[in-house]
Amino acid sequence: MKYLPLLFAALMRKKTRTLLTLLSVAAAFALFGMLDAVRVAFNAPQSVIGIDRLITSSRLSLIQPLPYADLARIQSTPGVKAVTYASWFGGIYQDPKNFFPNFPVEPESYLDMYPELVLPQAQRQAFLKTRTGAIVGQGLADLHGWKVGDKIPLRPTIYPHRDGGEVWTFDLVGIFKAAQPELRASEKQLLFHHTAFDEGREIGQGTVGWYIVRVEDASQADRIAQAIDRQFANSAFETRTQSEREFQLSFAKQIGDIGLIVTAIMAAVFFTLVLLTGNTMAQSIRERIPELAVLKTLGFTNRAVLLLVMAEALVLLLLGGLIGLMLATLALPIIGEASSGQLDVAMRPESWLLGLGLMLGIGILVGLPPALKAMRLGIVDALAGR
Amino acid sequence: MRRRDAEQTGLNRRPKPMSDTIPSAQSGGPEPLVVIRAVSKVYERGRQRIEVLHHVDLDIPEGDFLALMGPSGSGKSTLLNMIAGLDLPTEGSLSVAGHRIDRMSSTELARWRAANVGFVFQFYNLLPALSAQKNVELPLLLTRLSAARRRRNAAIALDLVGLADRASHKPNELSGGQQQRVAIARAIVSDPTLLVCDEPTGDLDRHSAEEVLTLLQRLNREYGKTMIMVTHDPKAAEFAQRVLHLDKGVLVEQAGTSV
Repeated sequence: MKYLPLLFAALMRKKTRTLLTLLSVAAAFALFGMLDAVRVAFNAPQSVIGIDRLITSSRLSLIQPLPYADLARIQSTPGVKAVTYASWFGGIYQDPKNFFPNFPVEPESYLDMYPELVLPQAQRQAFLKTRTGAIVGQGLADLHGWKVGDKIPLRPTIYPHRDGGEVWTFDLVGIFKAAQPELRASEKQLLFHHTAFDEGREIGQGTVGWYIVRVEDASQADRIAQAIDRQFANSAFETRTQSEREFQLSFAKQIGDIGLIVTAIMAAVFFTLVLLTGNTMAQSIRERIPELAVLKTLGFTNRAVLLLVMAEALVLLLLGGLIGLMLATLALPIIGEASSGQLDVAMRPESWLLGLGLMLGIGILVGLPPALKAMRLGIVDALAGR
Repeated sequence: MRRRDAEQTGLNRRPKPMSDTIPSAQSGGPEPLVVIRAVSKVYERGRQRIEVLHHVDLDIPEGDFLALMGPSGSGKSTLLNMIAGLDLPTEGSLSVAGHRIDRMSSTELARWRAANVGFVFQFYNLLPALSAQKNVELPLLLTRLSAARRRRNAAIALDLVGLADRASHKPNELSGGQQQRVAIARAIVSDPTLLVCDEPTGDLDRHSAEEVLTLLQRLNREYGKTMIMVTHDPKAAEFAQRVLHLDKGVLVEQAGTSV
């Protein structure tokens, strides 16, 4: 504590430089905080809900459909409790920027499969009975101001309507809510009848996008997944059965490996930060060689001088880094809202810990070379300006 | 008043305990504070070998005010640096208050300097971002004194050099003479045995130089501080009790100066 004035004096020696360096560090860590939240959101363990669900899709590609006939074979696999199916429709509401997931599903079995989608009983019944009916999540309804009774037109991007119409129009018969707050991203989707979809589409009749399988014993999920895939091995439609979470990640990875992209950006940011702060620290120490020599003259040991310079670098990184992470904490809810809740991003403890680790690591990395130089400083030469 | 200052700052004339001493050249008398025997210093610049000091023998008694004079490159600053524990001799032995400082490691030397030596430089060498008070407190950071005690001792030292009213000023808000007086306050605040001054008036006008030299003389006379001062200025040397001349690394003259 008694050395704080020395640290403060070192940092305040060139106020503008210190401020700019602090801002650079804060900006880098704010970026880190936001990107890491995205990475964590993609890799976060899912809710306990769904651990007994598997997804069976084409082994070749997610966009490759599977025959409807596979349903019975999957249902008959030992350990399988229930099966339903869905497809990717890819309809656009008014404008591509209004993107939200919309799936044709088998209503009854699908709602049974996903009890976390809470739909009033009357609306459930209406959905089951109405072939042109659709249900949406509360979040999506709020976003577009929809209410039960509205007609929702979707422009197809994959499946043109058999009758040549440019839109598929659905009757909104229900609005569901997520059973738990952390599942609110599921409130951003629209579900409609697979039968109506299959009959109305011009191509692909008799196929589904993927099957959703509930197993009797979650601990046997791996074995059951293998059993399902074995049934279709060497067939025209080989399958790949995986956990629901892996399936969701596969979806996200269609645009690339999010973790790799985020890591690459962060590596570039921190590489630049190391160069910037390293250069600043080196310059600062070069300018203060006579002052450091005076400290040594007065009796500060080599170790004390090394620790002082290291502390200076660490204070700079910790102060800037914490400001950056706090900025990220404030910005993430805004980003989450902007993504219509699709991205459940927030600063989590592991991001704070990783951030603190990076602050310490970078602080040591950029502080050590000038600190060693300061430690090895020859007093006589330094005082003489040599 | 001055005696009270001395009590408050802890400035005193008590000799340090002696041990591991080198036999004195002056037989029969009290042990000198600084004993230098056959000290040589050689710098090697590439293949070039430069002998800066050549077999110097010197005793400096406690309470002495010694001026070291000589042309540039004569080795006076090198000798001063070695006495202050900033540099080590290539050959010979060097003892201060009974401590063989030529045998100490860099860490031991740092601790020894902190406890025994006060430094006054030509260009003051104050830390620009710290106030006068904080600059004076610097050596006390290496002690176990409380923050309140450090502040108090620094205030007394500043009072002693006549700058109590400038405690909160940064160095760039002080004149050269005032900065040098702050440096002197920093040098004496931990009550060192020895004060080493390297051209303390080299950057000052005549009036400020006289103020600083008078202050150093007062510290020597009233507080019994042993002073070793390197100077080019014969007028500055007149403030010393003794003047020694160095030429090409050899002590060539030892003149007594009456005080």
